[in-house]
Amino acid sequence: MSEKKKVIMLGNEAIARGAYEAGVKVSAAYPGTPSTEISEYLVQYQDDLYCEWSPNEKVATEVAIGASVAGVRAMSCMKHVGFNVAADPAYTVSYMGVNGGLVIVVADDPGLYSSQNEQDTRMVARAAQLPVLEPSDSFEAKEFMKQAFELSEQFDRPFVFRTTTRLAHSQGVVELGERKEAADKPYEKNIKKTVMMPANAKLRHVEIEKRNLELAEAANTLSVNRVEMNDTKIGVITSGIPYQYVKESLPKASVLKLGMVHPLPRKLIEEFAAKVEKLYIIEELDPVIEEQVKSWGIKAIGKEIFTVQGEYSANMIRQAVLLEKLELGTPAKVPVRPPILCPGCPHRSVYYVVKKLGLHVAGDIGCYTLGAVAPLSVVDTTICMGASISSLHGMEKAKGKDYIKNWVAAIGDSTFLHTGVNSLMNMVYNKATGTVLILDNSTTGMTGHQDHAATGKTLQGDPTYAVDIPALCKAIGVKNVTEVNAFDLETLEKVIKEEVAKDEVSVIITKTPCVLLSKGKKPLYAALEDKCKKCGMCMKPGCPAMTRRQDGTVSIDDTMCTGCGLCKDLCKFGAIELVKAGDR
Amino acid sequence: MATKNIMIVGVGGQGTLLTSRILGGLATAGGYDVKLSEVHGMAQRGGSVVTFVRYGEKVAEPIVEEGMADVLIAFERLEALRYAHFLKKDGALIVNDWRIDPIPVVIGAEEYPKGIIETLKKEHKVYTVNATEESKKLGKPKVFNLVVLGIAAQHMDFSKEEWYRVIEDTVPPKTIEINKKAFDAGYRIVSE
Repeated sequence: MSEKKKVIMLGNEAIARGAYEAGVKVSAAYPGTPSTEISEYLVQYQDDLYCEWSPNEKVATEVAIGASVAGVRAMSCMKHVGFNVAADPAYTVSYMGVNGGLVIVVADDPGLYSSQNEQDTRMVARAAQLPVLEPSDSFEAKEFMKQAFELSEQFDRPFVFRTTTRLAHSQGVVELGERKEAADKPYEKNIKKTVMMPANAKLRHVEIEKRNLELAEAANTLSVNRVEMNDTKIGVITSGIPYQYVKESLPKASVLKLGMVHPLPRKLIEEFAAKVEKLYIIEELDPVIEEQVKSWGIKAIGKEIFTVQGEYSANMIRQAVLLEKLELGTPAKVPVRPPILCPGCPHRSVYYVVKKLGLHVAGDIGCYTLGAVAPLSVVDTTICMGASISSLHGMEKAKGKDYIKNWVAAIGDSTFLHTGVNSLMNMVYNKATGTVLILDNSTTGMTGHQDHAATGKTLQGDPTYAVDIPALCKAIGVKNVTEVNAFDLETLEKVIKEEVAKDEVSVIITKTPCVLLSKGKKPLYAALEDKCKKCGMCMKPGCPAMTRRQDGTVSIDDTMCTGCGLCKDLCKFGAIELVKAGDR
Repeated sequence: MATKNIMIVGVGGQGTLLTSRILGGLATAGGYDVKLSEVHGMAQRGGSVVTFVRYGEKVAEPIVEEGMADVLIAFERLEALRYAHFLKKDGALIVNDWRIDPIPVVIGAEEYPKGIIETLKKEHKVYTVNATEESKKLGKPKVFNLVVLGIAAQHMDFSKEEWYRVIEDTVPPKTIEINKKAFDAGYRIVSE
């Protein structure tokens, strides 16, 4: 047998490759860090499979369920909070089981690199009685994906495939395999399994409890769970990325490495626990393994010495388990550098006007969440996808229409189509009067520019119908729909004032593409030292391309400026001028 | 050989992902086991970003722990200072002598630290270059990270030819020559 080709792959790329090799035929997803790249890598295999961006995770998961019912291997991909959106189909497909293998890939974000909470998908999956596989590097990510589909069909269970940011965005070596086409299964009508009305669901509940017990029993001998016996003074049960930290910090310890984190292999765990003197359970986020193991009367140390927050590290384990005093240098005290809106971002211009008008913003999930931080500081709330519009509605119902005369909701185009559209429908239906800004930058920005239903292009790169957002708003019943260029400060200010004053629902669409999308030659502005009065007007929107010289005059970094001209428009002294024309 | 620990730090949008692809490609071509960890998503929007690269016979964790970095490559001065404590005692610190103000400085709430390079030199082996100016001379400011990598190359385990090969495989075909030139520019500079 020839040696398999080894290549280095991002965790998400390895997941896509694993799905491809497993013979997946249909995949649907909504972008969300750290899961987005799975679909972006999967699309390269479009000759052999179909993949799409769906408007949200619920839709994506239902698409995958349909494909499974029809008899092919299918999957949906999302970030952890997306799994909440997909919870409705997920909890019930758990009862249904599968025809073609079905895998829901969910990426957690310990350490909150790009999320609004730190929830643990293993908890959600347990509640939905869905089995969970969890890889610990790119190599396993690819291999486990194939296992997930095998097990899904073997046990008639949809599987959750759990990753974390550190796995999704780490690269490691994988061995390339061939795609194995899974034979399409015939669809045979069986409403006892596919129509989840009470009489059927009752019986399915009994059935899946039985299947889960079978799976738990099988877990004792599955290759994804493995024991690495070594010195028996310290034994560790771990899984996922923390396994790597354990190998780094406790090379002599015996390790039970779980690849399936739900259901747990009780016999295997009991045997392992009996062989070691001191048992540690090392898992990031919630004590999911620990609580179950302890409930069986096994003595172990876990969250007594480990946090339920953030990411772990080898140093953390050295300190907690070996009680090593590490001589670490002290970090220098330096100004923080949080993420910010890019130079030339159209959101900055809109928020500048909103701030000038003294309005509060019910915010949403996307780049524009960054309007919450100084110097803009305009966003008051950020909850979840679509919540800007509905929470503004709730405020009005709580305190009356006059109360929200100094409020607006702000939501991006992709987020609006995700779940915002329901909330807007609700405003009209229930006679609200609020104003909604749709910050339409023609893309899903924060996750790195993915297409959506209003961009006119599919994930597979085909041209398609682009949802007409103004027409959609009108069809819902919004009478006041206005489109404004985000950089047209004067018109924007006038329109927002007018619309907020109205006693009807208004939608203002600020349509200007994301600056990172424009491929054309960018204009460049420079600040003239002799004309600058140091008033700081141009610095107000907080553009990172602008700094002050020693003498207090403003200077523009020519490597960062993208030529939006916002600073020029704000300068009353003509101290900022165009030095290079561009396509903007 | 012992696992080599490299860190690349900078400001989101400075091309740390390209750099990590180059380093990953080098280590793989060299026959090493390799793991890298990078930052995508929100943190990339102008925030402080870190990439870890580890290569050797067998690599477990994909991150570099504090006090363990052999080489720290900083695309911006303040970020060099922020992460300098990750270096080993005799580790090499390569700094692009360039300033990008973080938002607390832009809005005047805090000051950009003075004398960063001098501070760093007290405790570390520091190699500086104004790579942004160097690359502007080449007519393409964006390739500054290859200038920095040119310097870093002298503290790693790969020949110039290996670097060339991986640059050819990694950057867009049209930009191969300019990227190689930028790498050469850095490779020639050795300042301490």
